[in-house]
Amino acid sequence: MTIPPQETAVLTRERPRGAAVARAGPRHLTIGVAIVVALLLPLLTTSFVTFQLTLVMIYGLAILGLNLLTGFNGQFSLGHSAFYGIGAYTAAILMDQGELAYYWTLPCAGVLCFAVGFLFGLPALRLQGLYLALATFALATAMPQILKFHPLEPLTGGVQGIAILKPDPPPGVPLSADQWLYYFTLAVLLVMFGGAANLVKSRTGRAIMAIRDHPLAAAAMGINTALYKTLTFGVSALYTGVAGALGAIAVQFVAPDSFTFLLSVSLLVGLVIGGVASIPGCLVGGLFVLFVPNIAESISRGLAGAVYGVILLLVIYVMPSGAAGLARILTARLASIRSIRTEGRST
Amino acid sequence: MKRITRRSILAAAPSALVLTAVPARAEKQYGPGVSDTEIKIGNTGPYSGPASSYGTIPKSMAAYYKMVNDQGGVNGRKINFMSYDDAYSPPKTVEQVRRLVEQDGVLLVAASLGTPTNSAIWNYMNQKKVPQLFVSTGATKWDDPKHHPWTMGWQPNYQSEGRVYAAYIVEHKPDGKIGVLYQNDDFGKDYLKGLKDGLGDKAKSMVVIEAAYETTDPTVDSQIIGMKAAGCDVFVNTGIPKFAAQAIRKAAEIEWKPLHILSSVGTSVAATLKPAGLENAKDLVTDFYIKDPTDPQWQDDQGYKDWLAFMDKYYPEGDKTDAGNVYGPSVSQTVVQVLKQCGDELTRDNVMRQAANLHDFTVPMLLPGIKINTSPSDFAPVKQIQMARFDGERWRLFGPLISGSVTG
Repeated sequence: MTIPPQETAVLTRERPRGAAVARAGPRHLTIGVAIVVALLLPLLTTSFVTFQLTLVMIYGLAILGLNLLTGFNGQFSLGHSAFYGIGAYTAAILMDQGELAYYWTLPCAGVLCFAVGFLFGLPALRLQGLYLALATFALATAMPQILKFHPLEPLTGGVQGIAILKPDPPPGVPLSADQWLYYFTLAVLLVMFGGAANLVKSRTGRAIMAIRDHPLAAAAMGINTALYKTLTFGVSALYTGVAGALGAIAVQFVAPDSFTFLLSVSLLVGLVIGGVASIPGCLVGGLFVLFVPNIAESISRGLAGAVYGVILLLVIYVMPSGAAGLARILTARLASIRSIRTEGRST
Repeated sequence: MKRITRRSILAAAPSALVLTAVPARAEKQYGPGVSDTEIKIGNTGPYSGPASSYGTIPKSMAAYYKMVNDQGGVNGRKINFMSYDDAYSPPKTVEQVRRLVEQDGVLLVAASLGTPTNSAIWNYMNQKKVPQLFVSTGATKWDDPKHHPWTMGWQPNYQSEGRVYAAYIVEHKPDGKIGVLYQNDDFGKDYLKGLKDGLGDKAKSMVVIEAAYETTDPTVDSQIIGMKAAGCDVFVNTGIPKFAAQAIRKAAEIEWKPLHILSSVGTSVAATLKPAGLENAKDLVTDFYIKDPTDPQWQDDQGYKDWLAFMDKYYPEGDKTDAGNVYGPSVSQTVVQVLKQCGDELTRDNVMRQAANLHDFTVPMLLPGIKINTSPSDFAPVKQIQMARFDGERWRLFGPLISGSVTG
């Protein structure tokens, strides 16, 4: 029997259990191929491109953090630049003043951001939709000024920011600093993406999504919505904070002006482009955040902003459900074509 | 000696013309981004983002290099000015500068704009040993040849301006009570620090009010009223044009007439004083190092006329009242001078050597008498400024050129 492509698209979205098992093979294969390609890339490109790809992964990770909150839990945030900034500053301060090794700064940034996100999630419980967006917007606007705040200056370096040194690869590893950082970031990324995928598939993940889809029904089914919402806020901040710490290490510099409200908007754009509630889509979002402004500038310097807007509109028009949605439709079409062919052959 | 004999022998040979070219070429030394026909110069600037009003500075630089190229280039080489947008975001600056250095292979990066943005690439440039010449920011820290021998500032820094104000106040109002209005960021705080350093021990007793504003504030009225109420009789106004104008207008409204010092960022007649009301701006004191293009006193000045001709031909869409369009070409002129001095030894080492070897170099759109001097221990090219007083119509320069150099 053939299923019309539109219906397959709907079906795969809500993926029944049987289909998930059937698709596990090619899906794992895709992930495996992607990892191998990712491992080979820095050996084939220049150190500058390696650096850019490192940034793509970092933005992808930050977008994943936002996606856990917005895509999976349905809470809006315009304040993720603040969490990214807290993560970045944690790493920079610990490396600069605490003389901590760079890899230890990631868990520190994660824990701190989780705590801040969790605490911010408490009042956010009372706020829905647009009001939450406004509250988090306030956080984003406040962050650069808090970082410049005079009493904090000995710690944050005030407006001058903090410069840190790029970590060298461990002795005996024949890689450049850029390549090493790329692989380090890739490892962190894989762990955290895997973690997110597991979280989403688990009982907890279903509870998180149930709250998004119907908060009242979720509560009626015995889900502690308040707890899950604040926890999601915390985990989301953790992801973005770790990304911020990696960002600080890669860029080797933090300053209040790096973490303005515009960063939040970029992350949100990346989220929508990649696909709401899609984990691999976050990387597409990262690619968009990093490369599209450059493409826009190369087309027209004077109108870079306008070109960026046009590209954004085109992308939204072509793939209204983001890269993930496009991929879903394409695989569904492919599958239906294949099934038509096999059917044709058997008759 | 050796070369001469060799050359003279070769000259006697039949293929003299071809062969003499060989030792001549061997004398040329090229770093990255240089060929017989081209020199690549990198730059980043805020073409988009919150500081995009400064985007005209790199645009005017590109226009200036185009003029240089049309006139034959520098020692026969055309300048390829590669400028990218960093949206005033430090991480983006790192990415764009790495693109310039690693992918485009520029000889040097010149006049990149912004303090946080240049701070982000400060270590990178010095580790990579790529000249970061004449950064477009007035922060004080760029003059640090010992620790950052590949970075050099250009304009007089804000701290040294603050010191000059302090000296002026001590001379004219030794018992004054000072109120300071400053922007709550690096540039505002640099002014404040310079002023306090200049006042020395007196700073504690003389500076009565330090009022900060944020660029997002609607007005600075309350700060001004507070200063009058506190009995201040000296007002150091370091606001950017919008806030400087508000402060001048408010002071006139509440009939507060202190010794009013306006910092150089707010001196534009068109952008600050006209909106504030020219009659309210009478007797304001400030300092200058660049010729204000809106000031009629330069109308017959040759440097101004040349600049106007340049703007008309190469950057007609640029705003001729914007001092940024004076700044860009003036910095670029200094870059061109460095390249000229480099001759055929266009290596990164030699670029820094020559940048630290400028002697009495004059730029037509800097105030008459200002000379650019650098040395291996002095990385602050423009050091001199001159005080000026507003007579209700235009700024009148007075007093001698003052050198207020502060090392970072």
